[in-house]
Amino acid sequence: MSILIDRSSKVLVQGITGRQGGFHAKLMMEYGTEVVGGVTPGKGGEWFEGKPVFDTMRKAVETTNADVSLVTVPARFAADAMMEAADAGLRLVICLTEHIPVSDMMRVVSYCAQKRTRLIGPNCPGVMTPGQAKVGIIPAMVAAPGSVGVVSKSGTLTYEVGFAMKNAGIGNSTIVGIGGDPVIGTTFVEVLEMFENDPETEKVALLGEIGGNAEIVAAEYIKNAMTKPVAAFIAGRSAPAGKRMGHAGAIVDGGEGSAEEKIQALEAAGARVAANPEEIPGLLS
Amino acid sequence: MKLHEYQSKFLFRDFGIPIPEGVVATTADQVRQIAAELGGVVVIKAQVHVGGRGKAGGVKVAQNPVEARAYAEQILGMDIKGLRVEKVLVDPGADIERELYLAITNDRGAGRPLIMTSMDGGMDIEELNRERPEAITREHIDPILGLQGFQVTYIASAMGMPRALWRQFGSILRGLYRCYVESDAELAEINPLVITGGGDLLAVDGKVIIDDNALFRQPALTAERNASDELESERQAREAGITYIKLDGQIGCMVNGAGLAMTTMDMTKLYGDADGIGPANFLDIGGGATPEQVATALRIILSDSNVKCVLFNIFGGITRCDEVAKGILTAYNEVKPDVPMVIRLQGTNAPAGNRIISAAQIPNIMSAETLTNAAKMAVAAVKEGL
Repeated sequence: MSILIDRSSKVLVQGITGRQGGFHAKLMMEYGTEVVGGVTPGKGGEWFEGKPVFDTMRKAVETTNADVSLVTVPARFAADAMMEAADAGLRLVICLTEHIPVSDMMRVVSYCAQKRTRLIGPNCPGVMTPGQAKVGIIPAMVAAPGSVGVVSKSGTLTYEVGFAMKNAGIGNSTIVGIGGDPVIGTTFVEVLEMFENDPETEKVALLGEIGGNAEIVAAEYIKNAMTKPVAAFIAGRSAPAGKRMGHAGAIVDGGEGSAEEKIQALEAAGARVAANPEEIPGLLS
Repeated sequence: MKLHEYQSKFLFRDFGIPIPEGVVATTADQVRQIAAELGGVVVIKAQVHVGGRGKAGGVKVAQNPVEARAYAEQILGMDIKGLRVEKVLVDPGADIERELYLAITNDRGAGRPLIMTSMDGGMDIEELNRERPEAITREHIDPILGLQGFQVTYIASAMGMPRALWRQFGSILRGLYRCYVESDAELAEINPLVITGGGDLLAVDGKVIIDDNALFRQPALTAERNASDELESERQAREAGITYIKLDGQIGCMVNGAGLAMTTMDMTKLYGDADGIGPANFLDIGGGATPEQVATALRIILSDSNVKCVLFNIFGGITRCDEVAKGILTAYNEVKPDVPMVIRLQGTNAPAGNRIISAAQIPNIMSAETLTNAAKMAVAAVKEGL
């Protein structure tokens, strides 16, 4: 089963003729993802690695029956690209782009909700169902098929933990990077709920960080509704308050969003919290 | 990007919000002249990006131009929590009947703009929220529709705004919402919004924070960026596309990815805290880790004289670790750091990368396989040097 994507997902890449978009579209195809085409306004009619390029999402969806889109366009065009994908009726939109203004994201998230499109990201590494498909930039080598679901705010930390699991003989059902921005399409709780309902997921690893209260809300859900065990790591225990640690959302603001309060809430909810990400495989075996 | 009080209030004025007719000054003589022109009582306010400037002596009320000049001499050049006061705002003294609070901010949890108001302003809103959360009226705004008329009435009514002021309040609230949207603010705050003795509303203090990611479409505000508010090393990093934040510890960290960078800092603290050892910085080198970028990052890290060891933690996904290893050695030979370096490469071709590091046989460079070991080695190296 897995969640969000599998080998039957038909994927369009918005920005496929760009350097990043093209590079990762190729890697996705090599991994086995069914990339059915791409969209770059003004380049409709061209071809990318044997796949058609369209001017608009509407035309691309009509022609290919795609159900998933990957947004790789630069920040100033990304909000428009996400809304175009939602307008074209896609089930799932995954946005990698970093540095999108929060005011744009508030409109995009609201619009996607109206259109009933699930948005993952922005500022995320994407989604990977090992052995089946990946939509985004998660390196193929970090995970093998298995039964541990991963949900994370971060990119390389996810690779680190995924790779450590793989080396310990633990595989993953699906890996979901939800992104490190203050306003994102899909939060921890929604992904936890999907994993809870996914028969192929037996355990879950949650990788959070300072800033906001998404991990606290996740802890509530774990406590009240989750039957599957959760191992967690929260990054940023050594981060000073009031400083943005790389991710736009990673800031302890007005005493809110510290690593300590998140760790406490997760532990109180019954999750096993690692002090060191290298302990995560041990907590899951 | 934080705006100073004067920048925030002058921005408010552009959106039709009434503010005191103050003027900015950089010398005591200017302050005296401004006070003479304004006439009457004036308030001299230090323009620095820290809270609690009043308690630190950065705000003074002067009865006449001579007193104003004397206070300005005290305040200009004053050090408030590590920041030097370069500018003061000279405002005419306001006739304050009551202090209110009004702010618009991004509610990240709700993904919507949030308006917060209170009849009890003047104090720190976080303190008010802790002590009497019921004294704050909150209203979410649909980001697509924007602020609606009924919401203005709802807010005025719910907060207990005197009816005679509803029209004025509505105009200020609409102006502040436009200011928040059109300036791409993450916070637009008036605290206090004052009811004057004459029964008017006046924005006496203001704070605006602009979303850094939106500065590309805010050229006028970007031009206001005050160079002295940013550390030289942080500016260099920003211009090189590297995210660097200086901290107080001894272990310089160079990592790819923000989450992993924070984690690496955490590990140095986890194993070093007992000996007073921790991270000297946050640094996300971004994707690729090319020799040029590594060299720039290394120079920035080493510009901090507290750094006694540099810890590299690079996860090679699409970038291969053997290439990263070569890049690090090239950068090393260029920068020639005189502190030990611990290098930990993980991911694609990590064993090959580690072999390259070991084979170079540089006495200053140690290679570690796990993050745990790398952090412990860096802590040990700092302890040895102390």
